[in-house]
Amino acid sequence: MSGKPSAISQWVYAFLLFFVVWYAFTTSLEWAELITGAIVAAILAFFTYKMSKGGMTIYSPLKLIYLVQYFFVFLFALIKANLDVAKRVISPSLPINPGIVEFKTQLTSEFAKMVLANSITLTPGTVTIDVIDDMFYVHWIDVETEDPEQAYMKVAEPFEKILLKIYG
Amino acid sequence: MMEYLKYIGQGLIVFGSLFLFLGALGIFRMPDFYNRLQAGTKASTLGAMSLILGVGFIQPEWMIKSLIIVVFIAVANPLSSHALGRSAYKNNLKPFMKKKMDAYEKVAEILPKEEDRL
Repeated sequence: MSGKPSAISQWVYAFLLFFVVWYAFTTSLEWAELITGAIVAAILAFFTYKMSKGGMTIYSPLKLIYLVQYFFVFLFALIKANLDVAKRVISPSLPINPGIVEFKTQLTSEFAKMVLANSITLTPGTVTIDVIDDMFYVHWIDVETEDPEQAYMKVAEPFEKILLKIYG
Repeated sequence: MMEYLKYIGQGLIVFGSLFLFLGALGIFRMPDFYNRLQAGTKASTLGAMSLILGVGFIQPEWMIKSLIIVVFIAVANPLSSHALGRSAYKNNLKPFMKKKMDAYEKVAEILPKEEDRL
């Protein structure tokens, strides 16, 4: 992420987030509802804008395209993960070979690391146990390799290359 | 049009229930805590997500609310399983392994124990 975003852009980001959630919960276009929502969102955004690290910089069109791409890669991996678990659970011999592997990530932003850890948990055969600085510790239901480099290529690479483009 | 939405919704609900069942079966069959966590997290995430989305398709006015719940499940489920796995390891619950492959062992010894941080 290049430079720190201005307070205004952080505030607008928080405001939009709260307002969209408000609208989704009320789902009405009446003026009274919208104005109440705007006031509540503005007050909440005033208290919480310091927490939105990226501000509006996240909304460049290119990044939005990557976000959509990430969503589809993630959805595909989630369905594949479930079929994988289903296959293991149903087969009578219970084909598992569990272990914990480690690998290094190139991501620097804390939020991006959180997204990557969550994605790894929901993808085939892996659950993130811990993240310490830039090391990921992953419980793998069927360990194919113990080498950190190859484990990284197998577990994290498809997600991380998109996250690197979004969060830098 | 409404008819088709209803069929899609019912399909999603059946699909979701199937995966929730498989998750429960996984929790029953797996040998240790960490492998149960694997089966439980993944199957329950996709199962609950598609079940709630199916409800949204059958009742279109609830669609946006069910989408919020789906996003919340997708964020909260892996977080909670991560917390469970980490705290289990810190409380000396050793993972079941056919061949010993434990990269976390050496780190967990150096780190302060949870009770020391309190």
